[in-house]
Amino acid sequence: MWSDLLLILDATLRMAVPLVLAAMGGVFAERSGVIDFGLEGKMLGGAFVAATVAHLTQSAWMGLLGAIIIGITFSMMHAFASVTKQGNQVVSCVAINIFAMGLTTVLGQAWFQRGGKTPQLPPEARFTTIELPFAEELRVVPVLGDIYYELISGHNILVYIAYIMVPLTAWIVFRSRFGLRLRATGENPLAVDTAGISVNATRYKALIINGILGGMSGAYLSTAQLAFFVKDMSAGKGYLALAAMIFGKWRPFQAMLACLLFAFAEAIQSRLQGVPLPIVGVVPVQLIQSIPYILTVVLLAGFVGKAVAPKAIGEPFIKEHK
Amino acid sequence: MNIHPESLIVQEIFMKKIVLAFITVAVMCFGLSQAMAFKPAVVFDMGGKFDKSFNEGIWNGTEKFRKETGIKYREFEVQQEAQREQFLRKLAQRGSDIVIAVGFAQAPALQKVASEFPNTKFSIIDMVVDLPNVQSIVFKEQEGSFLVGALAAMKSETGKVGFVGGMDIPLIRRFACGYVQGVKHINPGATVFQKMTGTTPAAWNDPARGGELAKSMYDDGADIVYAAAGGTGLGVLQAAADNNKLSIGVDSNQNHIQPGSVLTSMLKRVDVASYEVFKTANEGTWKSGIKVLGLAEDGVGWSLDQHNVGLVEKDMIMRVEMIRGDIISGKIKVHDYMSNNSCPVQ
Repeated sequence: MWSDLLLILDATLRMAVPLVLAAMGGVFAERSGVIDFGLEGKMLGGAFVAATVAHLTQSAWMGLLGAIIIGITFSMMHAFASVTKQGNQVVSCVAINIFAMGLTTVLGQAWFQRGGKTPQLPPEARFTTIELPFAEELRVVPVLGDIYYELISGHNILVYIAYIMVPLTAWIVFRSRFGLRLRATGENPLAVDTAGISVNATRYKALIINGILGGMSGAYLSTAQLAFFVKDMSAGKGYLALAAMIFGKWRPFQAMLACLLFAFAEAIQSRLQGVPLPIVGVVPVQLIQSIPYILTVVLLAGFVGKAVAPKAIGEPFIKEHK
Repeated sequence: MNIHPESLIVQEIFMKKIVLAFITVAVMCFGLSQAMAFKPAVVFDMGGKFDKSFNEGIWNGTEKFRKETGIKYREFEVQQEAQREQFLRKLAQRGSDIVIAVGFAQAPALQKVASEFPNTKFSIIDMVVDLPNVQSIVFKEQEGSFLVGALAAMKSETGKVGFVGGMDIPLIRRFACGYVQGVKHINPGATVFQKMTGTTPAAWNDPARGGELAKSMYDDGADIVYAAAGGTGLGVLQAAADNNKLSIGVDSNQNHIQPGSVLTSMLKRVDVASYEVFKTANEGTWKSGIKVLGLAEDGVGWSLDQHNVGLVEKDMIMRVEMIRGDIISGKIKVHDYMSNNSCPVQ
C-alpha cells in the first residue's frame, strides 16, 4: 500500500510538469492583464520544435532552446495583436492555437514524411532521469529514505526546473518590484501609467516570460516524457493548465496544487485499472477513466470559492479615451 | 543535287500526317488504357498510415503492389469518425475497382456504402460485413498472441507480465485473451496485468498514456509488456527501453523501433492481406466472402530478426515453434474471446 502510494505520487509529479510550467506562464500573462489560452498552441509548437531541433542537433538542450524561441515568437505575435494593436485577446489566442496545430502537422509531414511524427530521439538527445546523490544508500532510512528515492530522485532536469519555477514565480510576482508593477498593470493600468511606467512594456515583458515557460512545457512532452513528437500531442494540456491556474485563483502555489490534482487523477486512473479495490472489487474501466472529470466537477462545484480575476484582464490599454 | 521544292512540300505534308496519325493512335491507346486501367483505393483508419503498426502494415502491402505493377492507388486517411462513410462513398463514386476499408470501425460505414454500390468491390480488414460485393478478412489474433504470451512467460524472470490494449473493444480483448492463455500455458502461476488505454478512438494515438500504463506495470513487478494499441504502443515500447525492461510489439514487425528491448512482435500480416486484395482484384481472381487467416495460413506469427536475436534463446525458439505446430494441428485449442465475449483465464 505504502509503495503503491509512493508510485502514484511519483507518477503525479511527472505528469504535472507540463501543466505546472504552462500554468506559471499563464500566471505571468494574466496577472499583467492579458488573457492567454494560447498556451495550448505554445505547448504544441514547443513540443514540435524541441523534437525537430533535438533530432537535427542531437542535443536536448538545443531542442529546449528552440522550443523557448518558438514560445516567445508565439507570445510576441499575441502581444503585437492584443497589446500594440489592441485587438481582441481571445481571437488572437484562438489564432495561435489553430496556427500551431496546422503548422506542426504540415511541417512534420513535409519534413519527415511519417504522418506528422518526428524521428525517434536517441537517449543522448533527450532529457533522461537523474539519480540524486545517495538515493540508493539512503533507502535504508524508513519513510524518508523511500520518499527521497521514489519521489525526489530519479526525474529528469525539466521536472526539477518546473518545481523550482513555482516559488520563483511567487517571489517575482509578489515580492519583486517587477511583480508589483505586473500586478498593478493587471488591476489598474491607468494608475501604472500615471506613475510613469509603461503598461505595454510591462505586458510585453510578462508575455516574454510566458512564452519561455509555454515553450518549455512543450519540450518536456517531446524530449523528456517521450522521445518524439506526434500530431496534437499536447492533447488539451494547455487548456487544462489554464483551468488549473484559474482554479488556483491566479496564485502560483495554488495553481501548482491544482495541476497536481489533475495529474493525480490521471495517475490513479492509469494505476487503478484492473486492480481489485477493497469492498467493491474490480471497478469497470469506464468508471475509472471518468475519475479525472468527476473529481474536477466535484471540486469546482464544492470546494473552490469565488475566483476573482485581475480587474483589467482582457482589456487592451488605451491611454486616452476620446 | 537539286530537289524540287514541290516535292519537299509534299514530303513535309506527308511527314505531318504520319506524326499526326501517330499522335492520334497514341492518344487513343492512352485513352483506352485509361478507361481499362485498374483503379484500386484504400481508406486508412485513425492512427494514420504511419502508425508503425496496423495501418502502416496495410500501407506496406499496397506500396508493394504499386512498386511491382506500377499501378497507382487512391488513398484517404480518416481523421474524424464521420469521414469513413464520406471517403468510402467518394472512392466508389469515382469509379474505383476495389476499395480496402482498413479496420473494424469502418464496418457500419461500409455496410451502407457497399449496398449503394453493388458493382464496386470492397475488402474490409478485421471485421465481417456480410454483403455479396464485400470480402471480409479477419485474423486469428488469439493464435499469434498465444505464441508471444508463451515467449513472454519463458523469458520473464519475475513471473509477472503485462498487456496494454488500445481502445477497449472485443477485438482487443481477443488479443489479451490469447496472450494470457499463452502465458498460462508455460507458467500457470504467472500474473498478467491487463490495462486498456481508453474507450474512444483517441486511445489508438496516445503514446504518453501508453507509457504511463506500461510504467505502472513495470513498477508492480512486470518485466515484459505486450502492447496491442496502435500508435499508443510506441509509448509502451519507449517506457520499456527507458526502464530497462522488455516489450512486445504488434501488427507490423516493431523490433527495430527500440532494438534490444523489444522481445518480439506479434505479426499480423495485414501487409500480405492488402497486397493480396489488390493483386487478386487486378488479376480477376478476387472473391467475396469471409477469409480467416491464422497460424496455418501464415496470417499471424511472431518475429525474429537481427534486433531481437540476442533476446530469444535457442530453446525458446524450439519450444515456441512446437507450440505453433500444436496449434496448427489442433492439439492446442486457443479460445477466441469474440466467440462468447469472455475469456476462460485472467
